Amino acid sequence: MTIGSAFDIAAQVRAGTRSARSVVDECLAAIDAREREVHAFNLVLADRARSAADVIDARVARGEDPGPLAGVPIALKDNLCTRGLPTTCSSRILEGWRPPYDASVVQRIVAAGGIVVGKTNLDEFAMGSSTENSAFGPTRNPHDLSKVPGGSSGGSAAAVAAGFAALALGSDTGGSIRQPAALCGVVGVKPTYGLVSRYGLIAFASSLDQIGPFAANVRDAALLLEVIAGHDVMDSTSIPQASPSLVSVLDDGVDGLRVGIIEELSGEGIAPDVLAQLHAAATALEKAGAVVETASVPATIYGLSAYYLIAPAEASSNLARYDGVRYGNRVDGASTTEMMEATRTAGFGAEVKRRIMLGTYALSAGYYDAYYGKAQRVRTLIIRDFARAYERFDVLLSPTSPTTAFALGAKTADPLTMYLNDVCTIPSNLAGQPAMSVPFGVGDDGMPIGVQVLAPLQGEATMFRAAAVLEAAAGAR
Amino acid sequence: MSDVPEGWELVSGLEVHCELATKTKLFCGCRNRFGDDANTNVCPVCLGLPGSLPVLNGEAVEYAMKLGRALHCTVNSAEFARKNYFYPDMPRDYQVTQFDRPTNTMGYLDLPSGKRIGIVRAHIEEDTGKTSHAGGDGRIHGAEYSLVDYNRAGVPLVEIVSEPDIRSADEAKAYVDELRKIVLAIGVSDAKMEEGSMRVDANVSVRPMGSSEFRTRCEIKNINSLSSLERAIRYEANRHIGLYDAGERPHQETRHWDEDNQRTRAGRSKENSEDYRYFPEPDLLPLEPSAADIARIDASLPLLPAARRDRLAEVAVVNADRAALIVDRGQDEFAFEAIVAGADPARVLVHIEQNLKDGFGAMGVDEFVRLVAMETQGKLSATQTKQVLAELVAAGGSPEAIAKARGFEAMESSDLAAIVDKIIAENPDDWQRFVEADETDANKIYKFFAGLVMKSTQGKADGKAVRDIFMQRRA
Repeated sequence: MTIGSAFDIAAQVRAGTRSARSVVDECLAAIDAREREVHAFNLVLADRARSAADVIDARVARGEDPGPLAGVPIALKDNLCTRGLPTTCSSRILEGWRPPYDASVVQRIVAAGGIVVGKTNLDEFAMGSSTENSAFGPTRNPHDLSKVPGGSSGGSAAAVAAGFAALALGSDTGGSIRQPAALCGVVGVKPTYGLVSRYGLIAFASSLDQIGPFAANVRDAALLLEVIAGHDVMDSTSIPQASPSLVSVLDDGVDGLRVGIIEELSGEGIAPDVLAQLHAAATALEKAGAVVETASVPATIYGLSAYYLIAPAEASSNLARYDGVRYGNRVDGASTTEMMEATRTAGFGAEVKRRIMLGTYALSAGYYDAYYGKAQRVRTLIIRDFARAYERFDVLLSPTSPTTAFALGAKTADPLTMYLNDVCTIPSNLAGQPAMSVPFGVGDDGMPIGVQVLAPLQGEATMFRAAAVLEAAAGAR
Repeated sequence: MSDVPEGWELVSGLEVHCELATKTKLFCGCRNRFGDDANTNVCPVCLGLPGSLPVLNGEAVEYAMKLGRALHCTVNSAEFARKNYFYPDMPRDYQVTQFDRPTNTMGYLDLPSGKRIGIVRAHIEEDTGKTSHAGGDGRIHGAEYSLVDYNRAGVPLVEIVSEPDIRSADEAKAYVDELRKIVLAIGVSDAKMEEGSMRVDANVSVRPMGSSEFRTRCEIKNINSLSSLERAIRYEANRHIGLYDAGERPHQETRHWDEDNQRTRAGRSKENSEDYRYFPEPDLLPLEPSAADIARIDASLPLLPAARRDRLAEVAVVNADRAALIVDRGQDEFAFEAIVAGADPARVLVHIEQNLKDGFGAMGVDEFVRLVAMETQGKLSATQTKQVLAELVAAGGSPEAIAKARGFEAMESSDLAAIVDKIIAENPDDWQRFVEADETDANKIYKFFAGLVMKSTQGKADGKAVRDIFMQRRA
C-alpha cells in the first residue's frame, strides 16, 4: 500500500510534513486505476475529499491540531448514514435516499480529522457473506478479481486491501467485518456490543449489529477504534464507558497469556490450509510467551441455527419501515397495502426477502417460543460456555473463515452453503463479545487467511495485544 | 331506564389511552404539543428514519408509574416490546409498547357510587402519527389521497385496560369521568377527549341476567365523547341481543362507531386476527424501578378524588355522592378545613354549593368559619349572611366588621317581638282579618305584615323568626 499506515499519515499531516491533499490524491489515483474492476464503492466522493483535505491542511498551517485521524482517507460502508449524501445499503429500495443526519461514528471520525473518500458496497442491508447480494453488482477481491471479497462489508475490506483508503468502517452482525477482512488480507475488528454507538447505522439485527474498523495493520485498527468507541447518549445500548486505550498497550506482548484454541471451530468444516495457519498462529503465540491449549465452547455448534433465527427475526421488524410512504423508492398501488407490497417486492433483493420471511415466520403466533424464544435461550448457553472458557483462558483462537475466498457465483445456488461461512464468527455476535481477524499466511490458492482472536466482554486491550504479536509473527515469515 | 331489555345483562370493559403531558416525546427530544403545523415536531428518531434509535424519556416513566399508583397498581420491572404491523401512520411499521412485562398491573378504580372497577394493566407505549384522508367518506378506503402528520408519532401514552366489570353505559361514563379526574389531579395528562389526549375504546358483550359466562365481545373504536360512549355501548349491547334473539351470534370483531348514523359498523380491514409478532425491543434496556422509586412516587401523590369525596363525606356526615359536586370543583379542601374548624357542616356545604360557585376569592377559611357561626347563632339572617359572604369573596376583610359596617345585626327576639306587637297595634283591622282568615288567605295577609316588619327593621329581621312570632300571636 503506497499511502502508508493511517498512524503515520496522521502523524505526518499533523506535523506538517505531508499534506492531507497529497494523501487523498494518492488514494483517488488508486481508485482511478482499479475501482472499475474491484467495484469497492457505491459512491466515490472525490471533490468532497479533496476539499476536506484542503481544510485539514489549512488548519495545520494555522497551527491547529485536527486530531488523531488528521488527513487519513476513510471509506464508509454504505449502511452508515452520511448527511446529505446517498446512503443506499446497496438496495434499490433506498436508492437515492439522503439521510438528514450523520451517524455518530461519522461525526467522530470527521471531528478527529478523518477524510471520507466514499461509501462502500455491501450485501444488501448487510445480509450476506460475499457482497454478491448487492443490488448494484458485486465487489471483487483485489487479490483475485474472480473471487469474492467476503461480506457483507466486502467493499470496505476491498477498499483497504486495494489501497483506496487507509481505513474503513464496516458493520458486523454475524461476521461481516471479520470474514471479509480475512478474505482480503486486512485487519477487521468487531468490538464488544455497545462499545461503539449504533446511532446512524442502518439496522439489520439490533442485538447483534456492531460497527468496527478495517485497517491494513493492527495499530491502525486500534487507532480507529479508539476514535469511534465510547458512550453515546443517542444509543440506549451504548455502554456507559469512555473509549478504551488500545494503541498504547499494543507492545505489551503476550507473556503468560492463556490462549485457548476453540476445538469446536478447528476441526470438521474448516479447510486444511486454514487449519494449518491457525496452528502456525498458535505456535507463534507460544513462542512469544503465551500458554496455548485447547478450549471447548460446546454451544458454539448451535450458533448458526440460533443466529439464523434471531437475526432474520429482528431484521423482519427493522426492515418493515421500508414501505414507500416516507422516503426511498415507491411503487404506486390502488391501496396503501398494495403500494407497500409493490414497493417492497420491487425494492428488495432475493436474500433480503428470504430473511424477512424467515424472521416473520420465527416470530409468528404459535411459533415464537419454538423458534425465536428457543434461539434466545440457546444464546444464553453460548454466553455461559464462553464464560466457562474464559475462566481458564484470557483469549481464544479460531479461524475467521472456514475457507479462503471462493469464486464469485460458487456459493450462490444454495443459501445454506453461504450461511456456513459464518460458523466461526457468529458466536461472538451472539455473546456480544469482541473478536478480530488478523491476516496470517495464505492458503494453497495463494489467497489470504485470517486468524480470529476472541476476548471476553470489554477485553479489547488483551485481544489487540495478542493480535499485535500475531501480526509481527506473520510479517516475519 | 335500563340499557338492555329485562333478562339481559350488559358486560363491558374499557381501554383508555391517555397521552402523557411530558415536555418531549417518549423516545426523542421533539416537543410534545398539540396543534402545531404538520410535521414540525419531528426528527430522525420519531420519524423512524433508517439508522435512528430510541432513547427513553424518564419523565414519561415517572408519569406512568404515578398513574399506576394512583390506580392502586403494582409497579413492576418492565420491558418494552415491538408490536409489528403496517400502516402509514406508523413510522417504523412497528409500535414500541409493553407486552409481556408492563409497568403497572392489578389495580382498581372506585366510582363515585362506590363500585370498584378492576384494572388489569396500565402500560407505556408510543402514539402513532395522524392520517387525514381526502375524497371518499373520510376514511382510508376509497380516499383520493391521504396525508400523514407525524407530530403525534412518538408521544408517550399510557394504555389503561379495565376488567369487564362495567354493567351499564352510565357506569362506563362514570369510569371514564373518574379516570379523567384522577389523571388531572396527579397532573400527568390534560385528558381532553376532543383533542385526542384521552381516547376510549369499548369492549361490549351481553349475557343472560344471572349468568356468569363471558360471551363473544366486540371492540368499538372511534368513540370521541362521553355521550358517544354511552350511545355506542347501548347500541352495541342491543345489537348483540338482537342477534341472539334471532338465533344468531355476534362475530368477535373490531367495530367502528359511526356517529353520523348512530350505529356501529364492522371494520373493513382484514385485521381481525392480526398477528403482531411481539418480541422484546432490543434497542431499549429493561426498566427496574426500585422500592425507593415507588416510595417517592407514592409520596408525591395528592389526595385522589375518591379519597377526597370520602373525607368530606365523613366530616360532613353525608354520602360520597353529595360530596362529589364540591370535590369536582376542587373546593373540598376549603370545605374540609371549615368543617374541621367547627363550622356547621350543612351550612358549609350549602354555601359552597350554591353561593361560592365561582370560588373563594379573597376570603379565607377562618373568615368563612366565623361567618357561618354568626349565621347559625342567629346573629345574621340568611339574606345578610349571603351579602357579607359576597363582600368577603370580593374584597376580603372580617365578617364582624362588614356586618357592623352595614348595620347588620340580627334582631334579638325580644326586640323583634316588640316590633311585631307595635305593627299589630298599628294595623288592627288587618290583624283582625289575619286572625279570622283561613290558611290560604292568612298567608296572603301575612305577606303584608312581613313587609311592614322588614321595612321597620331595614331587613335585619330574620324571616323565619318573624313568621314564628306572627303565628304564635295568631293562635
